[in-house]
Amino acid sequence: MSSHALIELLASFVVLTGLAVPLGEWGARLLADEARPTTPERWLYRLAGVDPASDLTWRAYAAALLVFNLAGTLLVYGLERAQAWLPLNPAHLPGVEPGVALNTAVSFATNTNWQAYAGETTMSLFTQMAALTTQNFVSAATGVGVLLAVIRGLTRVSAKGVGNFWVDLTRSTLLLLPLAALWTVLLVAQGVPQTLAAKVEVAQVANATPQVLAVGPVASQVAIKQLGTNGGGFYNANSAHPLENPTPASNTLEWLAILLLPAALCFTFGRLVQDRRQGWLLYAAMLCILLPLTLLGLWAELRGVPALAALGVDGSLGHLEGKEARFGVVSSVLWSTATTAASNGSVNAMHDSFTPLAGLGPMWLMQLGEVIFGGVGSGLYGLLLHVIVAVFISGLMVGRTPEYLGKKIEAREMKMASLAILLPSAAVLVGTAVSSVVTDGPAALGNPGAHGFSELLYAFSSTANNNGSAFGGLTVNGPFFTLSTAVCMLIGRYWVIIPVLAIAGSLAAKRRIPTSAGTLPTHTPLFLGLLVATMILIGALTFVPALALGPIIEHLQLMGGAS
Amino acid sequence: MIRPTLVFLTVFTALTGLAYPLGLTALAQLAFPVQANASGLGVVGQAFTGPGFFEGRPSATTPPYNGESSSGSNLGPTNPAFLDQVKVRVAAVRAANPTQSGPVPADLVTASGSGLDPHLSVAAARYQVARVAAATGRPREVLDALIEAHTEGRWLGVFGEPRVNVVALNTALVRLAGVAPDHDAR
Repeated sequence: MSSHALIELLASFVVLTGLAVPLGEWGARLLADEARPTTPERWLYRLAGVDPASDLTWRAYAAALLVFNLAGTLLVYGLERAQAWLPLNPAHLPGVEPGVALNTAVSFATNTNWQAYAGETTMSLFTQMAALTTQNFVSAATGVGVLLAVIRGLTRVSAKGVGNFWVDLTRSTLLLLPLAALWTVLLVAQGVPQTLAAKVEVAQVANATPQVLAVGPVASQVAIKQLGTNGGGFYNANSAHPLENPTPASNTLEWLAILLLPAALCFTFGRLVQDRRQGWLLYAAMLCILLPLTLLGLWAELRGVPALAALGVDGSLGHLEGKEARFGVVSSVLWSTATTAASNGSVNAMHDSFTPLAGLGPMWLMQLGEVIFGGVGSGLYGLLLHVIVAVFISGLMVGRTPEYLGKKIEAREMKMASLAILLPSAAVLVGTAVSSVVTDGPAALGNPGAHGFSELLYAFSSTANNNGSAFGGLTVNGPFFTLSTAVCMLIGRYWVIIPVLAIAGSLAAKRRIPTSAGTLPTHTPLFLGLLVATMILIGALTFVPALALGPIIEHLQLMGGAS
Repeated sequence: MIRPTLVFLTVFTALTGLAYPLGLTALAQLAFPVQANASGLGVVGQAFTGPGFFEGRPSATTPPYNGESSSGSNLGPTNPAFLDQVKVRVAAVRAANPTQSGPVPADLVTASGSGLDPHLSVAAARYQVARVAAATGRPREVLDALIEAHTEGRWLGVFGEPRVNVVALNTALVRLAGVAPDHDAR
């Protein structure tokens, strides 16, 4: 592996950690229960008839969250369908057809941002802003809210409530907004457009007719799509597009934004549970899985495709199909694992064209349940489910009652954790299996053979875990895929959120038990090993058979020179 | 629950869906008018054909370098259609650059992710120097210097790849004093 690859990898993660730690501390101050609402916040609560001091049970919290998310989904659907009659549609785009509109509404409300459409040719500027950008904020804020509820479950003693959804939603949006504004300005400075025009004409060097470029309020949407782990691009090519991601500097900024909040929330967590070591442990566990898969991808992509070398292609820069010259292999692979570890799903290179093992890493990172960084808020509450399982398994091994941060882990928590881990996994496998046997699946493939199976597996791994990236060769705008992936997105989001809130409620009601000689400390390298091993074991047992049929077979074909 | 839902949805749509993008549009238009309107030189790639121009990446958009509809090929590395496509491109590049005997730079025969990539690797630009020199009558040293002048390094020496903006390079080529002997592509 080239030294440049390792230097860029190392530099990226050093900068990420350096930014995430102070941001996490700031987040803890902003999101803590003790933080007093500002005057505009108080006006907002009064307008909404919400008492910010009132505490909701987990059931009431879940109900408020679901109603708010449902209303958001309906609003996006309505705006998409009606965009032809709404303002800011300079390209005169027609209303979005029902299947794609529904899929997109679910996709953005669930923080997935799976795109069954090409942005620049489907969505009006008004839809991109008022419908999609809004959901980019509030879906991420919803995730932070659920995380805060879990933190309260761990820190409160014999309590009925897990917090107030409306306050959490507002606070989290206020955390995102200034960061998004800052990133927008930085991206515009690098050359990302921010305009209310839909098209500009550019003189061509070798042709008398000008080139027409689709433009719009791109930077503001890209900033929040990255920071909110949304990932839905303004353009079809997402962050591979030279206007969505023009330079290596913009690429670094966007890469940082993918991981920044999921990383920072680890440190917010440590601060709020008053044991910073717990936050560092979760961050370390994430890196323990992300870094090896990134190295695997770098190795595979730099090694390239033997069949191309046989055709007389110089492979010294690695495999470049679907990659931009300004990013090359290294920045593209770093992005591919970051965007699938986090439930971001934006891409700066076409994952469908990756060599098989470089495609396997992103697929497996999604299949793990989007808990390695994961979505803003949702990644960390997902990881805490695995912590519960790890604590439980190690409790069984030494024959003691499992506990985490002074709270006993009992049958109810384990049941809920199992439910939340197993249901999205089942959705991935059932969705892939069904799509493989009905005629709509094979008919939609962009590539034959094992790679075609990988396209289906990737699609359901992505949607059932709310990632949103794709092996883009698969045609997904037909009724079978718009409906089946919408169902998967709903399962992946709410059938995790509800059990997680149930855990939060049950933990909050418990007493705190004092640390004893029988307590397994959860900040040690031993527990790090247990946690990482638990995640790998669950992920491998569930998905290795499916991965063997896709990327692993294709890797053997690639090495054997078969095509 | 209905009242807070309606209030919060309305307020956040106004704040994050309208005030945020519109406010930043105003700021961007004032502070960065060139960047905010995509009007810099070579921000998006263009199609170049003919021996007198440096050619860029193959583009998977229809037609190539369609600035209104970005797309990669999404072809996998074991897809026979992909390998056939590369084979044809290799033959075409070899035929256009007969003085080059070594392997063909990968970026000249593989489609970019967006179909709008304005850049090439430095090796891919240099690979075309002999052909462009013969077609335009420019000395090779002048073209080498032109490539050198248009090469951008990694950001901070660490991030991304060294590259040449093909649109900027060809613009400079056209602007070289005098008109090249068979430069009739324009």
